[in-house]
Amino acid sequence: MAYPSGVRETSGEAASEPALVAEGIAKRFGDREALKGVSLRAARGELVAVIGPNGAGKTTLLSILAGVQRADSGSVNLGPDQVGWVPQQAALYGKLTVAENLRLFARLERLTDPDAAVREMLELTGLGDRAGDLAAELSGGNRQRVNIALGLLGRQQVLLLDEPSAALDSRQRERVWEFILDLAKRGTTVVYSTHDLQEAARHAERVVVLADGEALFEGSPAELGETVEREGSGHRDFEGAFVAFLRHRGH
Amino acid sequence: MRWLLLKDLRILRRSPGLVALLVLYPVVLSVLIGFALSAGPEKPRVAFVSLVPPEAGELELGNEQLDLSQYEERLFSAIDPVDVDCEGKSPAQCRQAAIEKVESGEAVAALVLPANLTDRLRGLQKLAIEGPPRVTVYYNADDPLKAAYVENTIKSELRDANVALTSKFTEIGLSYLDLIIEGGEVDVPVLDDLQILGLERAEAIVESVRPQVGPRQRAQLDQVARFSRLARENLDLSGPLLRAAREPIRVRQVALDGASTSLSSFAVALAVAVSLMFVTLLLAAGALALEREENAFLRLVRGLVSRTSLLLEKAALAALCSLVICLAMLAGIGLFVGLEWSRFPLWVVAVGLGALAFGAMGTAVGAVTKDVRAASLLCVMLSLPLAFLALVPSGSVSPLLYDASRAVSALFPFKPALDALDAALNDSGSLFAPLAHLAALFAAFAVLARLALRRFA
Repeated sequence: MAYPSGVRETSGEAASEPALVAEGIAKRFGDREALKGVSLRAARGELVAVIGPNGAGKTTLLSILAGVQRADSGSVNLGPDQVGWVPQQAALYGKLTVAENLRLFARLERLTDPDAAVREMLELTGLGDRAGDLAAELSGGNRQRVNIALGLLGRQQVLLLDEPSAALDSRQRERVWEFILDLAKRGTTVVYSTHDLQEAARHAERVVVLADGEALFEGSPAELGETVEREGSGHRDFEGAFVAFLRHRGH
Repeated sequence: MRWLLLKDLRILRRSPGLVALLVLYPVVLSVLIGFALSAGPEKPRVAFVSLVPPEAGELELGNEQLDLSQYEERLFSAIDPVDVDCEGKSPAQCRQAAIEKVESGEAVAALVLPANLTDRLRGLQKLAIEGPPRVTVYYNADDPLKAAYVENTIKSELRDANVALTSKFTEIGLSYLDLIIEGGEVDVPVLDDLQILGLERAEAIVESVRPQVGPRQRAQLDQVARFSRLARENLDLSGPLLRAAREPIRVRQVALDGASTSLSSFAVALAVAVSLMFVTLLLAAGALALEREENAFLRLVRGLVSRTSLLLEKAALAALCSLVICLAMLAGIGLFVGLEWSRFPLWVVAVGLGALAFGAMGTAVGAVTKDVRAASLLCVMLSLPLAFLALVPSGSVSPLLYDASRAVSALFPFKPALDALDAALNDSGSLFAPLAHLAALFAAFAVLARLALRRFA
């Protein structure tokens, strides 16, 4: 069976310092249960991937962790102001330049020195030479970098990314991931959602599998590989085995 | 909120198409209204043909000579006469030439005076059996509005001419009555002047002869004197009766509701109210919808800005822009129409509060739409029927429908904004009531918008 390479092992030291703790998160939209008592923990500087098929509840979980939506029940240890949030689609103004977007949100974050924050983010994103360009004129990858930078402006230690590389080509995806991994190296806890198994296995230290609002698995990518191999046997590729694993768990 | 406002103004500045539309719209509207009000309505082009021979252009009524050309001049002040070449043509050909002018579209109507016009009028004095003369109007009914306008204009002018002629005929009749009662001299063509005795003098003669006759003749003379007195008294009453017949009903107009704003002044208030509605609604709804279209809404309300502040910022942005635009529009209209600049502070209050009410309504529209196009479309679809509904005059529809239209209009800012602008611009009534109405609508729509944001965002 061909499993993705580059699976990172969970750091025991990082896991001992939980930065984000969510317990028993439940959310219902009418008759549909979007989340069924999902729990999640992320240590300082840890990279956690929330994976699952479309409609699994990934975006709902992240938006509850970010404080954008309220959970029907359950708890999150951090408030919205303690968590950086990067929505799936770039949330920035196309008719403002990169620097103006950063400055606006720096001011709204009530940072003491907005201009210094803008300079720092331009350096971090490597977009210093594009600072005066309108956001609408940027490529998808660069827009996403600005989008992530806006999520970081508040200097929160936890960053939530909702499908950060969706709709990007492989080159743009690579640049965005270089940026995210660099943030994690600096101590930022990163929780990201994706439906790309390769992306989860390649970059995450820990994986949470969601399906139909239910957490089916939590562990390292290597442990996920073993579990999937065990429950999805008979499939030659990881994706096929993962689908079989979901089916085996009733989804 | 300040930074968001500055951000929106910057985005607005970088949207040249939208800014051009917002600036050009009121400028064009004010210039059009200005020209329309200062130029007055266009006269209908009417092909005019008088088949009356030049030698019969004058008419003798009683002791007065009437010149037909006087009535033609009066008619030409209401229409734009189109020349019809009747040189060397028969009356029938001339009439056909006038009809062709209408058919070709050169004139919207043709008015033909018959050759026997003055003869027939003259015959009326002699109680001739031919009856009154008939003028003929040919008009093109392709455009019902234009046809109605032409028909009304010509009918109105002919009615005026008829009233003037009736007056003349009445005066002649009255002079004959005076002659019968008082006696005198009457000029009869061909014959010499004719002396008329008159009832008064006849009665005096009878009274003077009465003592000189026997009892039997005296009784007969008494009968004659009684008849003469009775006839004189009754004919005395005929004078006021005939004068009353010239204009049996006179109109006295008393405005009960609203004020005596002229049509042009009301048109100014209406133009500003329509611009205020469109500009404010579109800006407020569009600016809020843009936050969602750019996906920035959730990032903003996650703790950076409260939803209420966001709504107020959008309403304030739209109100500020439309205030500037509407005042500029009034300045433009002021070049054509006399406006009372001493009332400027009241204009600012009326436009400002109207703009805030529309701004709040715009945010409610923006709160239930997910993109700028949908918000704009919804604004236009809401605005037009509301404006029409607010302008439905009483008596033009059934009382139930009128009450319903008033009730619906009261729920939206257009009618009170129009009333406030009319009061501020034209001193047409209380300004306080519409301002209070607008303030209440601002609060109501702000609450609705806030609820909509909670429900839909």
